[in-house]
Amino acid sequence: MIGIVDYEAGNLRSVETAMRYLGADFFISGEPEKLLTADRMIFPGVGEAKASMNVLNKTGLGTAVKDFVKTGKPVLGICLGCQIFFDHSEERDTKCLGVIPGEIKEFSSDLGLKVPHMGWNQVEHRGRHQIFNEIPENSSFYFVHSFYPMPENLEYEIGRTEYGIEFSSAACRENVAATQFHPEKSGKIGLKLLENFINWEI
Amino acid sequence: MLQKRIIICLDVRDGKTTKGIKFKGNVDIGDPVEMAAEYYNQGVDELVFYDITASSEKRGIMLDVVERVAEKIFIPFCVGGGIANASDMRAVILAGAEKVSVNSQAVKNPDIISEGAGIFGRQCIVLGMDAAKDKSMPSGYRVVINGGRTETELDALEWALKAESLGAGEIVLNSIDADGTQDGYELTITKMISEAVGIPVVASGGAGKSEHLKDVLTKGKADAALVASMVHFGGYTVNGIKEYLNNEDIPVRLT
Repeated sequence: MIGIVDYEAGNLRSVETAMRYLGADFFISGEPEKLLTADRMIFPGVGEAKASMNVLNKTGLGTAVKDFVKTGKPVLGICLGCQIFFDHSEERDTKCLGVIPGEIKEFSSDLGLKVPHMGWNQVEHRGRHQIFNEIPENSSFYFVHSFYPMPENLEYEIGRTEYGIEFSSAACRENVAATQFHPEKSGKIGLKLLENFINWEI
Repeated sequence: MLQKRIIICLDVRDGKTTKGIKFKGNVDIGDPVEMAAEYYNQGVDELVFYDITASSEKRGIMLDVVERVAEKIFIPFCVGGGIANASDMRAVILAGAEKVSVNSQAVKNPDIISEGAGIFGRQCIVLGMDAAKDKSMPSGYRVVINGGRTETELDALEWALKAESLGAGEIVLNSIDADGTQDGYELTITKMISEAVGIPVVASGGAGKSEHLKDVLTKGKADAALVASMVHFGGYTVNGIKEYLNNEDIPVRLT
């Protein structure tokens, strides 16, 4: 049973419909005790880091997510959920959950790029992580973000993308995988990644 | 590398996809949910649904369409038409849309952009804008509303910059002069706005063949190109257009 964390960070509808489409057993909850009963966890999110961390701290959901991580069961962070797993975000100088060592940085305006980075971009595989099983190298995924993950150590990087600079579009530390892109909005390739997560054996 | 998006627009009236044909009015051309699924399978990058339902009591039909689309396709899609306030936005977002588009309503009440961006995030808020050539305006283009029937006092370039500063995350720029001609996009205004703003610009109006998309994505500096007639009944497929663009060295997502 997959627990999808509801912490008032954007719309969970697309993750929910993708899970239903894949025939997964799942529930959506904002209750720490209930989430701890899951076998795997999806930590989605769209929005702003500070406001979301405030909700996670206030509700005890931040602690619950960290406790779940410690059980060693598979966890997938998506977009803001991915960012919150890192130590710190430049977005309003926010302390995050500190599950994956590293920093969330802002796309510099010096790069002359349109921000947010919005649309389909390619992901180069780093290592051969199970969530990319049967997904061709450099497949495109859907991105919408103004901040990007930069793990402290590249051993945590499992996917890399270029947008003015190169950044870690997917990261993993032990049982916690995280994608900056939205697999639930990335067509058939994205659904395959979610299916791989459902089948991920650690 | 970030790829150029091909976006298909579906006008929906009373739950059916419709298309305005010159001198004939609107003709129903299919079921929006089935058409969305077909274009999804062809590899379209994004979809836009414009609700052109005339009466407010039929708005529930559109929400039902949005919900059914969300169950079938796993790419972003935007809903516009008749979005007048945050509660209208909330309804389509909760029904499964990724983005909402505001056009005439934003001209009448620009605060709707900042209000929507504040609640849902700027990536959700798309400004739809109809521009018409007008030498008396500073940029040479005037913003028009109500499908081009009503002139406003707004200059197209100034309005685009204002919408960006209010929190719009993307602009769909439709040329009233090119719309329906199938003679190609309006490159001048597209390039002018795309270079002036720091958010993505989607070109709309005038697409009749694949070369037109190439032109607007290169010379016009657009981030994405919107098509309708070409694929609805012009004999083009998304795959075909993308193959052409790929051969022309324009980065597109191939599926």
